[in-house]
Amino acid sequence: MLPTDPAKKLSFNRRIMDGDLVIAYERYDSMKPVKVSENGVLQNRFGVFKHSDWIGKPFGSKVFSSKGGFIYLLAPTPELWTLVLSHRTQILYIADISFVVTYLEIVPGCVVLESGTGSGSLTTSLARAVAPNGHVYTFDFHEQRAASAREDFERTGLSSLVTVGVRDIQGEGFPDEFLGRADSVFLDLPQPWLAIPSAAKMLQQDGVLCSFSPCIEQVQRSCETLKSHFTDIRTFEVLLHTYEVREGNLGNWQDSDGGSASLKTSKKRMR
Amino acid sequence: MSTMKSEETLGGSQNPRITWEGCSVLLDINDGDRVLFARLTAGSKIKIGNKNCSLQPLIGCPFGSSFQVEVGEDGPFLSRVNRSTEDNNLGEKVDCQIMEECRDNRSIVDNNTAQSLTGEDIDDMRRKGATGDEIVEALIANSATFLKKTAFSQEKYRIKKQKKYAPRVLLRRPVTRSICEAYFKKHADKVGFLRVDTLSLLLSFANVTANSDVLVVDMLNGLITGAVAERLGGTGYVCNTYCGNTPYSINIVRMFNFSDETCKRIVHSSLAELQPSNGGTSTSIHQLEDAYNNRSQENKEILSPSTAVDLVGMEESDDGNIQTVNNLAASPKTVKSIKPGEKAPPEAIKSWKENGFSSLIIAAPELDAWSIVKELVPLLSYSAPFVIYHQYLQPLATCMHNLQTQKMAISLQITEPWLREYQVLPSRTHPHMQMSSSGGYLLSGIRIASSDNPQPK
Repeated sequence: MLPTDPAKKLSFNRRIMDGDLVIAYERYDSMKPVKVSENGVLQNRFGVFKHSDWIGKPFGSKVFSSKGGFIYLLAPTPELWTLVLSHRTQILYIADISFVVTYLEIVPGCVVLESGTGSGSLTTSLARAVAPNGHVYTFDFHEQRAASAREDFERTGLSSLVTVGVRDIQGEGFPDEFLGRADSVFLDLPQPWLAIPSAAKMLQQDGVLCSFSPCIEQVQRSCETLKSHFTDIRTFEVLLHTYEVREGNLGNWQDSDGGSASLKTSKKRMR
Repeated sequence: MSTMKSEETLGGSQNPRITWEGCSVLLDINDGDRVLFARLTAGSKIKIGNKNCSLQPLIGCPFGSSFQVEVGEDGPFLSRVNRSTEDNNLGEKVDCQIMEECRDNRSIVDNNTAQSLTGEDIDDMRRKGATGDEIVEALIANSATFLKKTAFSQEKYRIKKQKKYAPRVLLRRPVTRSICEAYFKKHADKVGFLRVDTLSLLLSFANVTANSDVLVVDMLNGLITGAVAERLGGTGYVCNTYCGNTPYSINIVRMFNFSDETCKRIVHSSLAELQPSNGGTSTSIHQLEDAYNNRSQENKEILSPSTAVDLVGMEESDDGNIQTVNNLAASPKTVKSIKPGEKAPPEAIKSWKENGFSSLIIAAPELDAWSIVKELVPLLSYSAPFVIYHQYLQPLATCMHNLQTQKMAISLQITEPWLREYQVLPSRTHPHMQMSSSGGYLLSGIRIASSDNPQPK
């Protein structure tokens, strides 16, 4: 997923190869991750797509099914991955992810601790931010979930940047090997205040902790605990509003005929 | 792993979390009331209230330290304070009182007689060497109404007096977040009203990461260029492109403490040089090299230290700030280091023409977005993402419509981030009184490989 390997970096000359992960894009709200294999097929409502037709084409190509339906083949990015990954938990989306990465002040080379791993949506963006020589250590107390996340990082080519551990961070805190070593810590836990004292010990001086909570009561309690270990404590709510663009015609009042004019709307989305 | 990081950012010699002589810092005075950038040198000074203080005591301190103005035998100086514990204790004291709060303001009359200390009394205390904190305590002791106030209003009173008589300076690390926040707060017009959450989102949409080649049109004084360079960590390139002969100013880049390795990765190139050569109008590598050598010469002049005012004087430059600027010019470190924003090397331009850029970011508040997009999207690799920032929705809507009809890109969307900060305190949690109504809009998309148009080579 990341351009660390020059042979895999996106380029005019980069062609889709056997074994590549591609995002099969139908429309903005419908896409799927596919691992390309010589004999593979993708079947969807537009027909049957043979992987062998894809090999040798550049990423970003339009490909056709036996029925003449088409999709686009995109190179995976953390943003696309967030839209296609399998949800094993509630996940963080782009607005929160972007804000967290900036506020954690993550730059290449950083050591970042995260708990829980969940479905790995944020982890993928953390890995992008620490690449090429930093590392993300992410912990989840759910063994199977951790294993699935590990498989996903293998699939997206991030396993050299991410280590998934099975550990109850609320109960046990972060492992001592990270004492004073972390540049940033991210918490997405039901009772983050239990993990905050440990997180404080892991951080370097002037390091940043960020805790994500859906409920204001969790935030309140976290802030009280943070006060004894941190300064500059701030709380934000982040949202994203999406717009669509449509072409249409508005009638002229003078040409219309009172009550007989019907309301016409264009149903076709121009996306 | 962390050692690797310090080598990356500072050439192995320094801990990036502790200030050093010649480093750039962000000074936050009285909790954001005033924010300014400075370079720490032995002779640099800032003016706080009517006092000129040397920045010398800040050298070698960890970022995040707080300082207070004290007056010694040789005049005012900055002394480090342990702010955190003090404030938290104060907070707890207040918290205990909340539950049993029974006072209110029914008996407080605003007739200007509550304070029995006069201005002369305070001047007198100062002459006798009283510290700011002592003056604040004296003001509280001599206030007839202080004890009648509620705990909240006592805390407010104390903070107000402390800001005036014992101002605090917080030493912040200049990174994308702190720099963007400082500008948005004090000079939003200089960065096209780009809010920090919008900038964060933009960096995600553009998939900025190590080893990428990011094409930018940065007309926000270098904020975008700096933010991208920070995420490249001395790999790949951020190439600022422009029409005509003059690259855009990237003054803000010098507020980051970038290593030479990172500065080398911040380059510029004109649109004409980046576009595929067709026939007679082509620029040969030879010509490019000539231009490269000439421009490097010019660039040195553009970035000469005498123009570095913006680095320091985000506010109206007072004497203190100008003092800092002069010392910046004299600092041997800045002369030695590699300047960001040189001409792109010809090999890099050649590689971009062959491979395309990995992403594109446009932030040009004064220009028509489509006029830029139609020239630059073809320079992107297939499947590469792009993102355009604008303070207003309409130019992006028009641009999106054109991209749709010309079938140049998919996954097109316009997003508007929304940000609200909260005060979180026991029994006093509420959204901040002020929030910015708009942080601007982003149009994002992914370039597709078009079978009709052969690849631009």
